[in-house]
Amino acid sequence: MKQASSLKDNAPDQAQTVAVSCRGITKVYGSGDNAVHALRGIDLDVQSGELLMLVGPSGCGKTTLISIMAGVLDQTAGQCLLFGNDLSQIAANAKTAYRGKTVGFVFQSLNLVPMLTAAENVAIPLLLTGVIWMDALHHAEEMLSRMGLQDRLHFYPSELSGGQLQRVAIARALVHSPRLIVCDEPTSALDNVTGQEVLEVVRSLGVAKDRAVVVVTHDARIYHFADRIAVMNDGRIERITTSPQELVTVP
Amino acid sequence: MNAIALKMLMGDRAKYVSIILGLTFASLLITQQTGIFLGIMARTFSTMSDLEIADIWVMDPMVQYLDDIYGMQDTQLYRVKGVDGVEWAVPFYKGQLRARLKDGRFQSLVVMGIDDATLIGGPPRMLEGDLADLRRTDAIIVDSIGASTRLTQREADGDRPLRIGDILEINDNRATVVGFCLVTRPFSTMPIVYMTYSRAKQYAPQERKMLPFILVKAKDGVDHRELADRIHAITGLGAYSTADFKRLTVGYYLKNTAIPLNFGTSATLGFLVGTAVAGQTFYNFTLDNLKYFATFKAMGATNGVLLRMILLQAFFVGGTGFGLGAGIASLIGFVLRKGEFAFWLPWQLLLASAAAVSLICLGVAAISIRKVIRLEAGVVFKG
Repeated sequence: MKQASSLKDNAPDQAQTVAVSCRGITKVYGSGDNAVHALRGIDLDVQSGELLMLVGPSGCGKTTLISIMAGVLDQTAGQCLLFGNDLSQIAANAKTAYRGKTVGFVFQSLNLVPMLTAAENVAIPLLLTGVIWMDALHHAEEMLSRMGLQDRLHFYPSELSGGQLQRVAIARALVHSPRLIVCDEPTSALDNVTGQEVLEVVRSLGVAKDRAVVVVTHDARIYHFADRIAVMNDGRIERITTSPQELVTVP
Repeated sequence: MNAIALKMLMGDRAKYVSIILGLTFASLLITQQTGIFLGIMARTFSTMSDLEIADIWVMDPMVQYLDDIYGMQDTQLYRVKGVDGVEWAVPFYKGQLRARLKDGRFQSLVVMGIDDATLIGGPPRMLEGDLADLRRTDAIIVDSIGASTRLTQREADGDRPLRIGDILEINDNRATVVGFCLVTRPFSTMPIVYMTYSRAKQYAPQERKMLPFILVKAKDGVDHRELADRIHAITGLGAYSTADFKRLTVGYYLKNTAIPLNFGTSATLGFLVGTAVAGQTFYNFTLDNLKYFATFKAMGATNGVLLRMILLQAFFVGGTGFGLGAGIASLIGFVLRKGEFAFWLPWQLLLASAAAVSLICLGVAAISIRKVIRLEAGVVFKG
């Protein structure tokens, strides 16, 4: 039976430098002859204060892995601890609330609500943690201003460029000061220059001593922003490197 | 997240308007058709509505409703007067007679014959003339709508409403108009004419028993239903409190006419069509926004939060649709209130209409909620 009251304090612990700890993670979709093994025994730690990139071919399990790390998907076997908490053992509502406070998301398709302005979109994570409307909007506007979008606060997503939209999505991921930020293909729809700008923002505003950033990407042009790069293939971690140059030569 | 829910709802203008229109349509049909039904039903006891002064109606025991008239002997009046608890009792004639107009046309009338001495049973409001003028020779008082519609006088330059002093011929008897009154619209569209009880008996075809009703006032503190039962026990006549006689009359029409079925069908159709339109559109709206609900779920929205968002959206459109529908129905009733349009909008009907629209909203929300609650937050990473 899952427990609702076993979450550890969210405050940074000097001794605790591991943000996410994955041990023997497997994930199987379906069953029997239709079973698809998305992850086959992943062992991986993400340290606080680092930007880790997950790279690899399509279908290798990158997105499944960050979904498990962020607590939006339960693994089939193994253990994944997020700041010491095994989210698969926590009751649904408690897990959702913990995830809301602890994790910031940048989705591949951004998922900005088209009926809301940039500021309103960014305010959502704060509203979900109980901040009142005016305060949430004020904080959201501050965050957008730090992103250089002070003149686009009340623009709707349809009125913003691709780079601006990506920055709004990043602002939404950062506004409530989460301790883990997961970004799924943040530059997939951007040109090189904009992609570099976006990663600079993620790097400068997202990475902090008590916070980790995990980026899933195919884009070799942004590898140099990573502290470490985990190369995945067929549901496994093939290797982990700190040198992007090594990967450029990999076929 | 309430503000976010409403902004999402109103941000999709086309769907928002469609949902509102569906619910407005449902609310309008439910309120209007039921209002007309109630209006028509209320007209079946309009005479009783105009005679609030009477506590008890006494009649032949075989009478089934207000217009089901059998005469009693005049002597019954004295028997009723003698029952303990009766403050006063007066005769009241109600029947149909035919009038011949000046140009030779015939028009059926509802004739009310009221007590000669006290004039109890007269119209609730005089518009022109005086009720006491009924004591003048051949005097009648005509309801204003009848006077200006079916009893118009045809002259060389066109029709004109009846005037004081005009003469009608009622069952070969001369009748002089001495006043006009306002009455609650009756079930039939025939003009209503007031005269004294003795004149009504004189104008009507002669029968052995000509007293249709006795109006009774109970003494202070006497229970109306108990007194009615006592009158029935002592005289053998039918006796009902005004409220019971209204119920008896409405019950007769409900059982013996297709009126409830016809209006019930319209109101039910409105409910079903409104549910279908609003339900389909609201469900599509939810489907369109499913990825945003999944996003909220990933970002920390519990099922409870999403449930509240959807319920708020459903009840917001429900409230707006109900307000518009009931408002339009009320407006139609208000604009047409002076004519023959039968429409009655008691607060209970508004409440029932609101409950019906709420039921639609709950159903509509339930389908969407089911979809959202089952949503896996993980789908947000699937693009």
